[in-house]
Amino acid sequence: MFFWIVQRDLLLAIRRRSDVLTTLFFFIIVVSLFPLSVGPEMNMLRMMAPGIVWVAALLASMLSLGRLFANDFLDGTLEQMLLSPQSLSILILGKALAHWLVTGVPLVMMAPVLGLQYDLPADALFVLTVSLLLGTPVLSLIGAIGAALTLGLRGGGVLVSLLVLPLYIPVLIFGAGAVEANMAGIEYDAHLSLLGAFLLVSVVFAPWAAAASLKVSME
Amino acid sequence: MAINWYKYASPASFYSLAGKMIPFFAIIAFGLLIAGLYIGFFVAPTDFQQGEAYRIIFIHVPAAWMSMFLYVVMAFWAGIGLAFNTRLSSMMATAIAPTGALFTFLALWTGSLWGKPMWGTWWVWDARLTSELILLFLYIGFMSLQAAIDDPRRADKAGAIIALVGVINIPIIYFSVQWWNTLHQGASVSVTQAPTMASTMLTGMMVMVFASWMYSIAVILKRVRVIILERESHTAWVAELREKGAL
Repeated sequence: MFFWIVQRDLLLAIRRRSDVLTTLFFFIIVVSLFPLSVGPEMNMLRMMAPGIVWVAALLASMLSLGRLFANDFLDGTLEQMLLSPQSLSILILGKALAHWLVTGVPLVMMAPVLGLQYDLPADALFVLTVSLLLGTPVLSLIGAIGAALTLGLRGGGVLVSLLVLPLYIPVLIFGAGAVEANMAGIEYDAHLSLLGAFLLVSVVFAPWAAAASLKVSME
Repeated sequence: MAINWYKYASPASFYSLAGKMIPFFAIIAFGLLIAGLYIGFFVAPTDFQQGEAYRIIFIHVPAAWMSMFLYVVMAFWAGIGLAFNTRLSSMMATAIAPTGALFTFLALWTGSLWGKPMWGTWWVWDARLTSELILLFLYIGFMSLQAAIDDPRRADKAGAIIALVGVINIPIIYFSVQWWNTLHQGASVSVTQAPTMASTMLTGMMVMVFASWMYSIAVILKRVRVIILERESHTAWVAELREKGAL
């Protein structure tokens, strides 16, 4: 069931390639806008880079949350999934994994290139990539709760940002913090460990909370 | 004497009970407020370091405490409502949110008024201030989610889930001082250590804390009564009240 869901969602994403590319280009454009707004001063850009890349990743991940359940909800697939004897949490875990593979992984792969635009040293690029690799699945998992709660509501898109962005903040702090710590020459292991802890906790609890939310929304 | 708690879980009987309780808590809140402000402004000595500006703590500390405490209480009632499907508990959660958001805003506002003379800036990106700001976002998220859902029962449940998820934020606020050691001074009052402030200041502050607490109860009961009437407007007992002219 789990792999079936992942496979199905990936197949749907491949058939609708433009959706995936839109998220990725949104990420690239937001990151590229910052030098235009604050000036091309390289020292300042290098300092701001981790934060900018992380905020852009947060926004890109959040923008694509609408697709997580909305299409399945509209064509009735989601209702069938709820009726199936399988655990709803596993189903949501699968959907969140597929969401991450479709939106998170391209961001992670693109981040080092964008980091180069900001003249980040090689070490920092590596830490940035690792922190995004650990952090973006958390964003998909927490986002699943928000997406499930706002399913079918008026203005759901804006509402989901109000609900989800405050919950993203710890990930943002430690994700960007890891890169900043590396650039300041101090140990960044603690930041990555905390990100890993967030990931484990959200893998356990977020599908469960999202399943409860989905049941509320589908009543 | 055993109190039948289940009786007061029904909105109809709680409505009249709340009506009797409101004046009681409101009077206590008013009395404590006068006493606390008197102690704060006239009895408590001027601080040798911070001068008169420290007196903002008589508002600031109670507001900050209440903002966090009310969020936990709100999540508690929301969770009870979700678990046992009791309508009144969810109404309580809905009634608590605006008061909690108000105290969060007050804590941020008075904090920045204090920060200007003390730190020389209205706002610093310190852990405590930031988490208080996040708390305000959580309250607003809870209220806007409930406002966006037309069906009150779905709104209750959806709000309960987001409140319970957000409750993770409360320990982060509390331990943030230890996590990120920054500009904000450590907590001056703690359970394990002797407080580092003069006892009259502490008395004044505690009186104000109780005043805010009683005020919150009175206002929340008032609000929950309105919510009960709104949701039960189609029932017989509300119609009876209307006939008697009690509304």
